[in-house]
Amino acid sequence: MIDFEMPTPVSRQVQFIGMLGEQVMRPRARYYDDHEGERPVEYTSLIWQTVRAQGGRNFSADTSERLDRDGRPRPRIGYLMLAHMVEALSWGDAGMYLATPGAGLGGAAVDATGTPEQKERFLRRFGEGEPKWSAMAMTEPHAGSDTAAIRTRARLSDDGREWILDGEKIFVTSGAMAARDSAGFVVVWATLDPSAGRAAIKPFVVEAGTPGMLVTKLEHKHGIRASDTAAIIFQHCRIPRENLLGSEEISDGRSSGGKGFAGAMRTFDATRPLVAASAIGIARASLEFTITYLRQRGVTIRYDVPLHRQTAIERDLRQMEAQHRAAWLLVLRAVTAMDAGQDNALEASMSKVKAGQVATFIAQKAVELLGPEGYSCTLLLEKWMRDARINDIYEGTGQINRLIVARRLLGYSSRELR
Amino acid sequence: MISFTPGDEQQLVIDTVRRFASEQLRPLAHDADEQRSTPAEVLTRGWELGLLHNAIPEALGGIADAQAALTGALALEELAAGDVALGWHLLLPATFAVPLARAGSDAQRERWLTPLLEGGYAPLSAALIEPTWDFDPTALQTVAFADGDEYLLTGLKGYVARANDAAALLVYARVGDELAAFIVPRDSAGVAVLDREQHMGLRALPTYQVRFDGVWLPAASRLPGTIEPLLDRSRVALAASAVGVARGAYEYARAYALQREAFGRPIAQNQSIAFMLAEMAIEIDAARLLAWEAAWRLDRGLPAMREAALAAQYADEMVLMVTDRAVQILGGHGYIREYPVERWLREARGFPTFLGLAIV
Ligand SMILES: Cc1cc2nc3c(=O)[nH]c(=O)nc-3n(C[C@H](O)[C@H](O)[C@H](O)COP(=O)(O)OP(=O)(O)OC[C@H]3O[C@@H](n4cnc5c(N)ncnc54)[C@H](O)[C@@H]3O)c2cc1C
Repeated sequence: MIDFEMPTPVSRQVQFIGMLGEQVMRPRARYYDDHEGERPVEYTSLIWQTVRAQGGRNFSADTSERLDRDGRPRPRIGYLMLAHMVEALSWGDAGMYLATPGAGLGGAAVDATGTPEQKERFLRRFGEGEPKWSAMAMTEPHAGSDTAAIRTRARLSDDGREWILDGEKIFVTSGAMAARDSAGFVVVWATLDPSAGRAAIKPFVVEAGTPGMLVTKLEHKHGIRASDTAAIIFQHCRIPRENLLGSEEISDGRSSGGKGFAGAMRTFDATRPLVAASAIGIARASLEFTITYLRQRGVTIRYDVPLHRQTAIERDLRQMEAQHRAAWLLVLRAVTAMDAGQDNALEASMSKVKAGQVATFIAQKAVELLGPEGYSCTLLLEKWMRDARINDIYEGTGQINRLIVARRLLGYSSRELR
Repeated sequence: MISFTPGDEQQLVIDTVRRFASEQLRPLAHDADEQRSTPAEVLTRGWELGLLHNAIPEALGGIADAQAALTGALALEELAAGDVALGWHLLLPATFAVPLARAGSDAQRERWLTPLLEGGYAPLSAALIEPTWDFDPTALQTVAFADGDEYLLTGLKGYVARANDAAALLVYARVGDELAAFIVPRDSAGVAVLDREQHMGLRALPTYQVRFDGVWLPAASRLPGTIEPLLDRSRVALAASAVGVARGAYEYARAYALQREAFGRPIAQNQSIAFMLAEMAIEIDAARLLAWEAAWRLDRGLPAMREAALAAQYADEMVLMVTDRAVQILGGHGYIREYPVERWLREARGFPTFLGLAIV
């Protein structure tokens, strides 16, 4: 049955994170925007306690089966919960959210492609000790959207006991913290054979501090500055043979149980709605702030008046509100499908396209509406506008996600629609 | 618990109405538009779907469950995907009956609702829109003054469907600062049905201007309940119908783009076409979810004015964008009346105006 009722645990969690956002993230948001490259310790130390207590799974969904009092399985809400958490944290500060310690993006790749032994070996650390980060390095200077064109090479050492990595990765989120500044790791995608295309591209775990892995640059960004974005070079970087995730076989991914490159791409079905959720968090922050700010100055929105009687501001705000809600509902649709175990690649990309665009639309409008105040760094609106912009770029640009949507709708392969 | 899957009975409604819309409405749509008329048989056949009964609570002789507005929205999307003018024509009696069910008195229901539910299609209709550019439902120019136990009604309405042969109209008017609605038998003294209107779209649904020139009405003809929520119910109906029109246009354009070739391959293989289709699909889904949420709030008895208004506004813009692109995807053929997309564009532009022509 169609229903819009939120489960209580979800609303409770959102409320809790809202407080965290207000008390811990918002007060420091401007500082870390001004001090790019500094770790937002107030947030990371606090959230680490929670992440560690949960065994290090910071942003992975709880998909365990739970029974209700009558012994019937309860509907799963793991991804629904996750989307709400990401949204609420990003409402607090999207840059800090991205800097959350824990299994993160690298962990997701381990989860999706690793053996049980590998999962234990690599993920255990996030449940103990000091804060640690993981990162995922796919993008290279010459290959972003076209992931199959990456060139970083992996060769077996002569004695067959190690992989030797050579290449350059850029734009690695939390790359410095994962590779250098904590006892984390980086999942590096490299090819065993550049002539074999996708089938030869494999994920490798490189432990922090491994000789031959070097953080060469920290990017200076438009927004989300509390999150480090690193360039990492691999020069004869030797790692144990057991650090290749999944199978060594060069195959199309189907025969390896869906765990190869294709399998990893499938994890985007899970992460795209979460990027969308993050975008929506920023959008909601901008929208709520603008509405409250204007209300305090005597500007309210009327919903029952016809177009010709709406003021220009009313019209903008109504559009912002409708766009925000529409995009969020698309996100919720994508995650509930995920929770129900349905193929949601189409819904995931739809939500990413929409939210990526809407967040920027709303944040840019908010700056416009508040004029000189909106543009000023005394408020956070201009920062949110800069933060929002990334969401239409990473985890598949708006164009790439439109391609995915269009291929699905038209029944085209990636060769038929490029 | 949040879910975007229709219930079993709702799915049955969707399937049934979808079949009816594609088999019975769509094939008639072109000629009905050209000839500006709806064949009577299709109204009779459509009546048998029992959609009006779905909108009326059981206690009042219908079969509505706790999700009447949602089910209504689902049905309207399907009807409009077939043809919105014919679909609304079919559900025209609802614009009279639903307000009675939601805000009428027992006597009013007994007099009008019961026979309607027990009989066949009857062109009962409603008069909300006023034919001025600055029409405002919150400040109607049609007014009624209380005088003893009677009201005196004066004003001019437009877009009144079937005013020529409706036995009665539900006329929205202002009483002081209040929004009110009155049941007005068409043969009351002072009611003048003027010429049939001509519009850019919605041509299969005959509409008229109607002048109320000092019409005396008994006090008991005023609906006792609050009237504003009825406008929200109409906004949701419009939003759902816009989704239907857009979906029809999208599906048509998609199929066309897959088979039409230029430069040696289907035009859909060009990103500029494929991306338009992707965006159309995304916007249709977005608008549908907003309409559903507003309908769900109505069914829950939650405040829904904001949600209904935003859903309608979103759908207004969406349907124009989608149908306009459908025309573009068909190229020159999109401009030719033999193809349906230009009709959908004509209809789409009217949605910001159509308040009151459908209701859930
Ligand atoms: C702050 C930040 C954090 C990031 N974090 C990570 C990370 O943790 N790990 C990681 O691996 N990467 C990360 N990235 C990289 C990000 O995923 C890529 O930047 C993105 O995928 C786009 O790649 P590109 O920059 O090379 O652009 P390009 O691929 O060069 O694209 C340029 C333009 O061409 C368009 N385009 C490309 N191909 C097509 C096509 N077939 N059809 C139509 N248009 C097309 C794109 O949409 C874009 O508009 C991050 C980037 C940033 C900015």
